[in-house]
Amino acid sequence: MSAAQRSHPWMASSAPGQIEAMLEELGAGSVKELFEQIPQDHYRSAPLDLPPALLSESELRSDLLATLKRNDTCEENLNFLGAGCWQHHVPGVVDEIVGRTEFVTNVWGSPQSDVGRNQAWFEFNSQLGALLNMDVVQLPVYSWGCAAGHAIRMAARLTGRNRVLISAMSDPERRAVIETYCEPQEMDSHITIETVATDPATGRIDVADLEAKLGDDVAAVYFENPAYLGSIETEGATIAKSAAAAGAETIVGVDPLSLGILVPPADYGANIVVGPTQPLGVHMNGGGGVGGFIASHDIERYVRQFNGFLVSMDHTEVPGQHAFNLACAHQNSYGLREKANDWTGNSVYLWVVANAAYMSLLGPEGFREIGELILSRARYAAKRLAAVPGVSIRWPDTHFKEFVVDFTDAGKTVAEINNALRGRGIFGGKDLSSELPDLGQSALYCVTEIHTASDIDRLANTLEEVL
Amino acid sequence: MRKDSELREFHAAAWDEPVVMELGRSGARGQIFPAPEAEVTKTVGNAASLIPDGMARNDAPELPELTEFEVQRHYLHLSQQVLGMMGISLFGTCTMKYNSKMVEQLINRPELAETHPLQHPDALQGTMQIIYDLDLMLRSLSGMQRFVFQAGGGADAAYTMAAVARAYWQERGELDTRDEVITSVQAHPCNPATSAAAGFKVISLPLEENGYPSLQALKAAVSERTALLMINNPDDMGIYNPEIKEWVKAVKEIGGLCFYDHANFNGVMGKLSARELGFDACMFMLHKTFGGPKGGGGPAVGAFGCSDELVPYLPAPVIAKDGERYFPDFDRPKSCGKIREFWGNVPIVVRAYAWVRAMGAQGIDLASDISVVTNNYMDKKLGEIRGLEKSHPDFPKWRMEMTRWGLGPMQQDTGVGTVAAANRMADFGIDPWWMSHEPWVVPEPFTPEAGELWSKEDIDQWVAAVQRISDEAYSEPETVLNAPHNQPIARVKGDWMEDPDQWAMTWRAYVRKHLDAAPGSGAGTVDAIVADPENRG
Repeated sequence: MSAAQRSHPWMASSAPGQIEAMLEELGAGSVKELFEQIPQDHYRSAPLDLPPALLSESELRSDLLATLKRNDTCEENLNFLGAGCWQHHVPGVVDEIVGRTEFVTNVWGSPQSDVGRNQAWFEFNSQLGALLNMDVVQLPVYSWGCAAGHAIRMAARLTGRNRVLISAMSDPERRAVIETYCEPQEMDSHITIETVATDPATGRIDVADLEAKLGDDVAAVYFENPAYLGSIETEGATIAKSAAAAGAETIVGVDPLSLGILVPPADYGANIVVGPTQPLGVHMNGGGGVGGFIASHDIERYVRQFNGFLVSMDHTEVPGQHAFNLACAHQNSYGLREKANDWTGNSVYLWVVANAAYMSLLGPEGFREIGELILSRARYAAKRLAAVPGVSIRWPDTHFKEFVVDFTDAGKTVAEINNALRGRGIFGGKDLSSELPDLGQSALYCVTEIHTASDIDRLANTLEEVL
Repeated sequence: MRKDSELREFHAAAWDEPVVMELGRSGARGQIFPAPEAEVTKTVGNAASLIPDGMARNDAPELPELTEFEVQRHYLHLSQQVLGMMGISLFGTCTMKYNSKMVEQLINRPELAETHPLQHPDALQGTMQIIYDLDLMLRSLSGMQRFVFQAGGGADAAYTMAAVARAYWQERGELDTRDEVITSVQAHPCNPATSAAAGFKVISLPLEENGYPSLQALKAAVSERTALLMINNPDDMGIYNPEIKEWVKAVKEIGGLCFYDHANFNGVMGKLSARELGFDACMFMLHKTFGGPKGGGGPAVGAFGCSDELVPYLPAPVIAKDGERYFPDFDRPKSCGKIREFWGNVPIVVRAYAWVRAMGAQGIDLASDISVVTNNYMDKKLGEIRGLEKSHPDFPKWRMEMTRWGLGPMQQDTGVGTVAAANRMADFGIDPWWMSHEPWVVPEPFTPEAGELWSKEDIDQWVAAVQRISDEAYSEPETVLNAPHNQPIARVKGDWMEDPDQWAMTWRAYVRKHLDAAPGSGAGTVDAIVADPENRG
């Protein structure tokens, strides 16, 4: 018997006689007969050209492992890359929970049959809501950029306006996603993106420029805190007040890991808050760990503009029993199709379980500790690197975990420096030289709780060596 | 020995588990982080001194305080209160498959989990090789010229199509006039919804008696304004549109683009080629057809593939190969831009690669055979049960890999409809069925899909549960109407879900509206939560 004729471990009816038994029950002569709906000239003519099957698990494992081992990892190397995907500690309990088969394989169920998953989702909302001081949190969308895009579209619907102001120094990766959501200018519903200057002394929003660009056609101001290049934005309250005075919404993107020590955006006037979920207990996964949250106050006209799944507490026939269900389900695309608020569907809901477990593990003190640790070590890193000849720090003493390191005076390109670092087991920061040429040969470095003082010293010493 | 048709009894775990916000005690810790090293503090001072004026948080976020063990126990309890394919799940349109544990263990290794997308390409050759190779495999399965995996789900792939179409028409200077997308009322809601979100006007064709819209209706809808056709085939009722080539021809004749939503690929994989049928682009769901797990709704991948003509407009980057070296190609001046950050959900791409390798061409062909055989076997069994009706009952041919059924007659006779019956299914350890996307063209719908995973015995069990529910409906309908009975919680009421005074999307809101607020006190109103109305619009 050839390998191809053996029963396949993933297909019960590939066992001998199974198909035949069902055909007999049907009174059908052949499998081919059951495909009678497909006209003969619709069948493909080109035969499938796939690599040979790896039917045994051991062969498949060898193939996959050999290929994956061609990657270098941030475990074996010392990594300082961030910019939309960040290396943080993932607690063992989180990996255990998020790997539970029930969480991995469930698809929808009912509010009763899958109540545990719905509860975990609600606990994500509740804990993130506590960090944000906001009452409404939606299940995340695909990424931070997508969350910002949906939030901007929410603001456009809320205000009936079609212009949005964002920082000139935005992450080009997120910015590109936001541009997609804002539609090309030929479309009637196009949203114009206008950039606001950054104060060259601080890396923060230039409030005067912002106020000059506000007007009665502006739907929203979107800024991030900390900003893409790391600075903690201190003028949030002024920005929100100016936006509100012009009738615009204030949307803030925030790193949730900063919220144990930094004021949540709602407290300085944000109407809609978005941000990444990956820092909350999800591995980087080559960029496949990203997700984006959207939150607002519990004001109905905002709630009615959310695009996705709003998990709410519910109650049951048994008094006092907690349940969890979908609120406002008929405003999403499953209910309203093309008349819906944008669209929804599969997103990153397994990661929501990881996020929930992560926040439960940290608690208020854990968030404070990790925030202080990141802040301290990132500032230490900036100080250490600034002492390396040829290296300077752009906007020192303003950042949380990411900061701009300027190598212009070293006379080498970031690409050259990063190659040299990589040869010594270090992944240097993201090269900014082509996206922000005004910053010269600069790179965005990320320091988190996983970087010890000796890791940072190693980076500084290695830079001295290679520059 | 138990007979296959004997229905097994089940009872779910019921932990009476509090919301995590109710657990723990002040000062308890689940994770501790080290204090900054002495040299750090000596260099930069105390952390509190590093925060700009006015930016330090003064209130402690109201998070639970638990030990590590308690967090694990809590979420393990929650996991045990998820039925999630622990028994039998024939959740239609989602193609439930086995998700290899070995592959899951591999993708959790640091070679994937601990990689950063901005690493130098030479440090990510493994990931790029897998992306590149899966692209080649999907090209063979579809006849398309290139695939990208940036889209975070099937709906996001539909959005990718809309974005690619925008870029295509924009380059031709026709985007302001090519502003219509044609689809059908039976197409997945993501097709009309993403088209509209991308700025297009949507035309949804109605179904005719034979189960699909008429070619005539399509031709009437097609015009110089048609940017794109988005259509699935077969549909969720198991009916294949035999005129699909004429459809594509009618749209192409006026220059429109044609997108094949291959959500229902399982019954035709290895048998059809989207490109040979004339389509310009298609989408595969790697988290469904290609063996990725559902995860309760992602992380997912909508693999988007297209013809040579559309390749320049794909979102950037695409993974390319130069000799033996793989690299992300960002030099794509006509690209529609980005759909999502980075390259997509890489762990799901690896799973799909592993699925294709484990199945091989023969296995894939066999799987589509089996999925059509099992569906028709199930159809025959369901047809013997009182109170059920099949969509398009007079349609004379065998169905494809799933069939839309309905409980219309049962609902009329007994009051038992599809929601009650789905709730009752769970009492037997069987996942509540998929009903149908809106609009419900069949009353009280349900849509099972057996696929290639589930055995004849599993299908017999599933059918036996439906038989039991039918028996109960006609003899003791309250048993079904009051279902579920064996679940972690009783039937939810749902009456808070559209009521702004009752809904509670966070524990904060629940406390405010349901625990603190005495009726009529005014606490819990919008005024009470928004300190500065001027600021909050």
